[in-house]
Amino acid sequence: MRTSRTVRLGQYVALLAYLVFLAFPFLWLISTAFKPARELGSLHPTWIPQNPTLANFRQAFDEQPLLDAALNSLVAALGAAVVAVLIATPMAYVMARHRTTLSRMATGWVVVSQAFPFVLVIIPLFLVLKNLRLINSVPGLIMVYVVWALPFALWMLVGYVRAVPAELEEAAAVDGAGKVRTLVSVTAPLLAPGIVATALFAFITAWNEFFFALVLLKTPEKQTLPVVLTHFIGAEGVADLGPLAAAAFLATLPSLVVFAIIQKRITGGMLAGAVKS
Amino acid sequence: MTLATATPRRRLLDHGAWFLVLPALLPILVLSVGPLLYGIALAFTDAQSGRTEPTQWIGTLNFRDLLHDTLFWESFRIGLLWAVGVTVPQFLLALGLALLLNQKLRLRWLARALAIVPWAMPEVVVGIMWRLVYNPDAGILNETIRDIGLGDGRDWLSGLATALPAVIVVGVWAGMPQTTVALLAGLQNTPRELHEAAAMDGAGAWRRFRTVTWPAIRPIALAITALNLIWNFNSFALVYVLTSGGPGGRTRLPMLFAYEEAFRYGQFGYAAAMGCVMVAVISIILAFHLVGRLRRGDDG
Repeated sequence: MRTSRTVRLGQYVALLAYLVFLAFPFLWLISTAFKPARELGSLHPTWIPQNPTLANFRQAFDEQPLLDAALNSLVAALGAAVVAVLIATPMAYVMARHRTTLSRMATGWVVVSQAFPFVLVIIPLFLVLKNLRLINSVPGLIMVYVVWALPFALWMLVGYVRAVPAELEEAAAVDGAGKVRTLVSVTAPLLAPGIVATALFAFITAWNEFFFALVLLKTPEKQTLPVVLTHFIGAEGVADLGPLAAAAFLATLPSLVVFAIIQKRITGGMLAGAVKS
Repeated sequence: MTLATATPRRRLLDHGAWFLVLPALLPILVLSVGPLLYGIALAFTDAQSGRTEPTQWIGTLNFRDLLHDTLFWESFRIGLLWAVGVTVPQFLLALGLALLLNQKLRLRWLARALAIVPWAMPEVVVGIMWRLVYNPDAGILNETIRDIGLGDGRDWLSGLATALPAVIVVGVWAGMPQTTVALLAGLQNTPRELHEAAAMDGAGAWRRFRTVTWPAIRPIALAITALNLIWNFNSFALVYVLTSGGPGGRTRLPMLFAYEEAFRYGQFGYAAAMGCVMVAVISIILAFHLVGRLRRGDDG
């Protein structure tokens, strides 16, 4: 199929428009993060800072407990990712391999949980966690994040398990390998990349999460990065733009890096899950 | 020998299956299904935060109050406006981008990488970023408007007329990646030969899209728009950071409304009732969507 030159040109113009629309807010954030206060106050802001500075970053760390917040975020995200994958993988295996009522119910839950308004779940969770004295604690938040990350983790993992041919497991069984042995030495290695991708995805989800953290974490020293970031915005909605931009930029870097690693697999995982239905 | 071992092994497997399922099933029941039911029950009580008398069943009083709560229905209307206003452009723009990314264009890798960036960002950062863009003095939007000579620009997020459109643009931007990736996945499953055959028969681009591409991606398109509608209706962080529901409640989505009711004013029961109404509406939307899918099945 040949595409005419005018159509090609139109396509490039459209693609360029998309690139600009998608990229410019992020570029502006970076630009703002490196601008000195005087330039931020001027009425004619420029794309490229005239006197680039790191002062905003220093000020951001002075104003808010960013290091503590980053540590809390890291613990919450890592904890959620590891636990979610540990408990989701066996269940995804059963859901993919055994068509039982339980599997169907679990699949139904995966779909329905997407429609939950969090507000209906957060009030009871708040009350339950309060009784367990897990309010304002990172472990309590991890518990919530695990359950919150489970639907998508299950969805991805079921796709990955389906991609491992059941014949391989049967062949291993014929060769005399027990069920556990088959799972450990045949299925698990083939699933490993998918498990890692799922864990990283759960990590990003938890790292970025805001609503549950806002409700469940009360004191600044326990709060995660997204919650602490909102403290840069004052009560009147007035914000110190430079430090705000600097902190926001830093908070994004980890998820961007992780996302770059798993980008291909996410697309693959969505495909695998989609083909199933 | 085989027969003898087959029966116990099968039962063992069933036990094994339970063993495999329980670690995930317990948290799901305790922290997801349980709270959901508890939440629905709370909607029929006068539960409040930090009060000493025991909570009482009050029947449907919360719902009756809700019926006359004009502020809530206003917020509900804004929520629907927002959800539709974000989902539709999101879908059209993502479809355009997915179609472009499915072509053999140069710079496609860059566009693919960039198209996904908003997905990786914390919603709070997306909100902060666009606050910087919309900032009346130091923002790039007003500066560009001044440069082109279209006037002085305005305070987008605090203007009564501009606040909702401004946050809708952010919503579209933030949700485009998932939609694009899903549609692109659908496009790549479209049989290439069909396209070529249609082109041979002299079908123009629009006709090829309608007869070949659209039928192939329709199931994915329906699924992702339904999910987007739900996600957008339930969204919270973006608008919380951008406007906190202001000015004058013009961007107060139902989630923000319920959040304030529950955690600022401590009206747990009343807020739970709002949550129930939101679930009901979402269920109706889902039901319509399901009917649409079934009807498609009838057509063949």
